[in-house]
Amino acid sequence: MMNSKNVLDSVPEEIEMALGVSRQSYRYGAESIVFKARVEELSGQNINLCYQCGACSSGCPLSKEMDLLPSKVIRLVQLGREDPLYSRTIWICSTCFECEVRCPRGIDIASVMEALRQIMLRRKYSEVRLESIDPEKLRGLPQIALISNLRKLMA
Amino acid sequence: MSLRLAYYPGCTLKTNARNYEASAIASSKALGIELVELPRWNCCGTVHALAKDDVMHYIAPVRNLIRVEQLKNSGLVDDGRLVTLCEMCYNTLKRADVTVKEDQERRRKLREVMEEEPPYSGGGVEVIHLLQLIREVGWERVKKRLVRPLRGLRVAPYYGCLLLRPRGIGIDDANNPTIFERLIESLGAEVVEIPFKAKCCGSYQTVHMGHVASELSYRILRQAVEGGADVITLACPLCEYNLGERQGEIRGLFPDLKYIPVLYFTQLMALAFGLEDSVGLEMNNPDPRPLLRRKGFP
Repeated sequence: MMNSKNVLDSVPEEIEMALGVSRQSYRYGAESIVFKARVEELSGQNINLCYQCGACSSGCPLSKEMDLLPSKVIRLVQLGREDPLYSRTIWICSTCFECEVRCPRGIDIASVMEALRQIMLRRKYSEVRLESIDPEKLRGLPQIALISNLRKLMA
Repeated sequence: MSLRLAYYPGCTLKTNARNYEASAIASSKALGIELVELPRWNCCGTVHALAKDDVMHYIAPVRNLIRVEQLKNSGLVDDGRLVTLCEMCYNTLKRADVTVKEDQERRRKLREVMEEEPPYSGGGVEVIHLLQLIREVGWERVKKRLVRPLRGLRVAPYYGCLLLRPRGIGIDDANNPTIFERLIESLGAEVVEIPFKAKCCGSYQTVHMGHVASELSYRILRQAVEGGADVITLACPLCEYNLGERQGEIRGLFPDLKYIPVLYFTQLMALAFGLEDSVGLEMNNPDPRPLLRRKGFP
């Protein structure tokens, strides 16, 4: 396996600020190719189709809460960068498929979000734990809410 | 002679949404459809397994589809259709069927792990939503069955997500749906269009990000109130929880919001068909009864 190389010095600061992502993830080579291929495999989507029109981000009802817009997530995956794995965005997405019906390139962005979630969940990261939910609230919740939430967000 | 069809209730229809189930069964009967509850049904999984290598989460929905084929073979239902009420059940079961049919590799794996069940190849069961069935039966038959047309009632339809999306699964045009509007008109009520009629209500994020779900739901509710709607109607128990049950909490964050009752579309049907015993309005929160009484409905 090729060592990942930090190419931090070659990235202009303004680009880094514009992307609004952490410095640690500038990598290239085998690792980024593997990551992109893994996302494509899990989602069944061809990430390269995206031409950054932003229709997904403009339609997303939850984009206000996100740290990375859906279109940015797709761009970063195209570049093989793992930043979206550590973003809030993938956990805020409620899989409403608004982006899926809007995408003029036919990419199911909701499935890409799921692929990113799956990578984290399979590393045993849980966004929600049953014991962290207020027992009072738990009693009032319909099963449909609880089961779908834990199916999506608990490892 | 009524049409007998297999019916899949799903978890919440037996608890928080009993009014949805009771009113659906009664109003379907009025339209000549007998909903036969699927024997030995189990959880559908609530959310479709989107990961392309996922096999495990197909077992539950596929097992339900096998039960439908068995029910069909026993002759207790007239064809291989499965009627669903909950949007999430509809989506999960429908997509499981499509995946099993199209994905040879996963079909093979599923057969291996489900060796004690008869094999299911996909396509043998047609998963439909009750709204589709009513559209097929025809709006004319709905109009003919009216005992108490909902004249003067202004209804804002709310589709939610999974009735219309994703592409190829939704029951109507994702950008310009009309099925709810047609039903409301057929019942004699007036349609109030809201721009966010198909925007997410917050879905399962309501469990741990209540404020986010509240904000999304608030926008939908406010549009309905400002549009002059008396009630909102919908087809999903999770949307009902977010828009109805949690309205008090939403008002805590947004005190300018006026209460607006939220009813399942089947409750409106039962009301218009004169099936008072099956409407189950006492389970709705906020209580729609004072408003309906004011409007002249018992």
